[in-house]
Amino acid sequence: MRVDLSAAGDCQNGGQHTGMKEKTLTKTKNAILTGVGGQGNVMASRTLAHMLVDAGYVVTIGETFGMSQRGGSVMSHLRVSRDSVKSPQIPRGGADVIVGLEPLEALRVLTVYGNPQVCVLYNSRPVYPIGVITGELSYPSGETIRNAFERLSSRYWEIDATSVGVKLGNPVLSNIVMIGALSKTGLLPFDRRSFEKEIKKTLSAGKYEINLKAFDAGADMIK
Amino acid sequence: MSKLLSSDKSTVLFLGNEAIARGALEAGIEVATGYPGTPSSEVIESLAGVARERDLYVEWSVNEKVALEVAAAASFAGLRSMAVMKQNGVNVASDFLLHLTASGTRGGIVLVSCEDPGALSSVNEGESRYFASMLEMPLLEPADFQEAKDITKWAFELSEAIGNVVMLRSVTRMSHASGNVICGKLPVKRRKASFQYEGPVMDSQTGPMISTPVVAKHLLRQQKLKEVRRIFDNSPFNRYIGPVKPDLLIITGSACFLYSCEAVEMLALQKRAGILKLATTWPLPPKLLEKYLRKAEKILIVEEVMPFLEENVKVMASGIAGRIGIKTFFGKYDGTLPSAGELNPDIVADALGRILKVKRKSLPANYLKDVQKTAALIPPREQTFCAGCPHRASFWNIHNAVALDGRKGFVCGDIGCYSMAALSPATGYHTMPTLHSMGSGTGLASGFAKLARFGLDQPILTVCGDSTFYHAVIPALINAQHNRADITFIVLDNAGTAMTGFQPHPGLSVSALKEVVPAVDIAEICKAVGAKVAVSDPFDLLATGQILTSFLADKGSLKVLILRQACALSPEKKGKKTFDVLVDETRCLGDACGCNRLCTRIFRCPALTWDRDKKKAVVDEVICAGCGVCASICPQQAIVKTEVSTPG
Repeated sequence: MRVDLSAAGDCQNGGQHTGMKEKTLTKTKNAILTGVGGQGNVMASRTLAHMLVDAGYVVTIGETFGMSQRGGSVMSHLRVSRDSVKSPQIPRGGADVIVGLEPLEALRVLTVYGNPQVCVLYNSRPVYPIGVITGELSYPSGETIRNAFERLSSRYWEIDATSVGVKLGNPVLSNIVMIGALSKTGLLPFDRRSFEKEIKKTLSAGKYEINLKAFDAGADMIK
Repeated sequence: MSKLLSSDKSTVLFLGNEAIARGALEAGIEVATGYPGTPSSEVIESLAGVARERDLYVEWSVNEKVALEVAAAASFAGLRSMAVMKQNGVNVASDFLLHLTASGTRGGIVLVSCEDPGALSSVNEGESRYFASMLEMPLLEPADFQEAKDITKWAFELSEAIGNVVMLRSVTRMSHASGNVICGKLPVKRRKASFQYEGPVMDSQTGPMISTPVVAKHLLRQQKLKEVRRIFDNSPFNRYIGPVKPDLLIITGSACFLYSCEAVEMLALQKRAGILKLATTWPLPPKLLEKYLRKAEKILIVEEVMPFLEENVKVMASGIAGRIGIKTFFGKYDGTLPSAGELNPDIVADALGRILKVKRKSLPANYLKDVQKTAALIPPREQTFCAGCPHRASFWNIHNAVALDGRKGFVCGDIGCYSMAALSPATGYHTMPTLHSMGSGTGLASGFAKLARFGLDQPILTVCGDSTFYHAVIPALINAQHNRADITFIVLDNAGTAMTGFQPHPGLSVSALKEVVPAVDIAEICKAVGAKVAVSDPFDLLATGQILTSFLADKGSLKVLILRQACALSPEKKGKKTFDVLVDETRCLGDACGCNRLCTRIFRCPALTWDRDKKKAVVDEVICAGCGVCASICPQQAIVKTEVSTPG
């Protein structure tokens, strides 16, 4: 299957492209997945990347993990090109898509890599930094965060992916809920079929069903 | 089937480290060794995963020096081998490496150093490229994922061609980045190991493997380097992209090549700037470099972290200045690029812009202003111990015992997740003010303890993890006992090399190949050294506190406390709660309690948060790992834990 990239991700036109119309790729698509250590950020970015490589794209992912696993911010830069390997770090202001598993982290990435055209999908469930827990710092309200995305992105979607994960039995499934939602936004050229194919290769039969359920639940949250 | 064994010509998304592992497999590697360390660990992990199918011997060695020695033995016996480590691991291996480059090698042997510019997962940004020039061995630096595979494969051939070890250097943005790789063939033939040693002393193929006669062997090593220069001049991995006569020549390699390409593109300088990408960064290819140095008057060298290339290019350029003319160099020496920290496309683009006087297209000013205002609202996310981490409980115990003792005791720190106690002092309850290399906590403690005669009257404690204990602590521990150092040494035993992904170590009864092996017991070693040894569960605050208090009062001897509790992220524990924990709102007095929010302000568990509306503590069920330690710290017993009947 080859899904064309330039047909996907045009969120200014409503972001509802299915990405199946054949066009020529003119530009690298830059996506950033971000969250807090332990939310499954790395797994999500690799799952996405595998689907895109299977679809014929040249993908570069730059990941920050290791010590950042321990409660810190985690970020994966995903670059999708028709023909060439890219820098594993996206330049400032260079993101086309931001997927945040945590609202504050999505906003943090936006303030470095955002631009007026960027599209944002984020999970509304906060994970409080230690400085907030101790009372030294304050976490911006949901309203403040929404307003910032309203002003600083061309389109954004906020969903409560963690609650869906909890309902499905494991909060960490929220990363797959987000991938499902992302597929429906049309921001990146992949769909349910490519996801199914990918997890068939990588997950045991026991985990396959629940991950597909999480994907579908996420897709259903994007109207 | 592992994707590492994908068929010939298939396109696979590989992590840089997986690409290195695949390259080694395509070269027909037989033996791979290493010590875990970010960003290097996935090379050995992925090779261990296919060891059975490919009939390899793979081991997690006790430390990097032994890893290189084990790999060298395979080379001496004619096999192909690889030793893999992070940047500072090369320092550990360097004494043997000095002698190995002198004795020479037989079967292809590659030393892989995965380095961490910017210290994303390190407490240093040291680099090992200088070892290549200092020890006169070839150095290769892949610039993308395909090259990571192809150059690794080639490194084994190069090693055999010159009879010496070859160093391959990667960086975090290569090792922990991923990209498309087209696979090559996996060989079918297998070598037979045999060690010849009866030949002449100067014949490294049949004679004894020794570094003497020193001067003669040193000259031989330099002779090999001459041959390497010739090979490097013709290497297809060095290439030039750009105009015939560029205004600026960029010389670069590794991930910096990708940053440079991106920067040139961002400023649309394709017609003005040329990029000479070097994969062979020591020794420099003389003819190739002369050819391209002639092309431009201005030269920018883009590299991380130290000005290694810059220095060597300048030395070479000055030697041939009569032929190529005087050049203007830009790089780290003149401050065009920062002399510390990692680079990225923006930093390189800014440098290009300054040199060639071009402006980068900027985002609208009002957007940038709004971004700045918004960024000010975002609180930083300080790193901390995970929910359920045994280290939090251990440092809570240490802090309380030291505070009760009242003599301003302190902990000499070491390398592992527990380093966080020093990196973020409040996380370690301000107990751990020193942090250096693996094993140096115990060495420092041993030294501090001998300062009593000069007036130092504080109790000395030190910590190390279980893997670190075997790696580098044992000599320091023996030193402490031999020199009668009065220290309390605490082993934070979380049952694996947790920080780097639960690689086995000698304390466990399983090897890298998942074979059953004898476990080397930490307590038994400490007893054999002559220390007083106690074992406790850090989650048992009362018992642990009592032992620590008695150890601090017990003057004049070496005391060891082993705190055993598996890491919260360990495969056997992850996602399984021992306790359901909640705050009983009727008992939590909030701000009125007088505890001054001990639980959330001081204890600092990410799962124990503060409900601003109710002004009471609350447990975040999604994050809580169910260790139940917080239930022991609340003076009102408002945090309630109930055992989960069937964990899972």
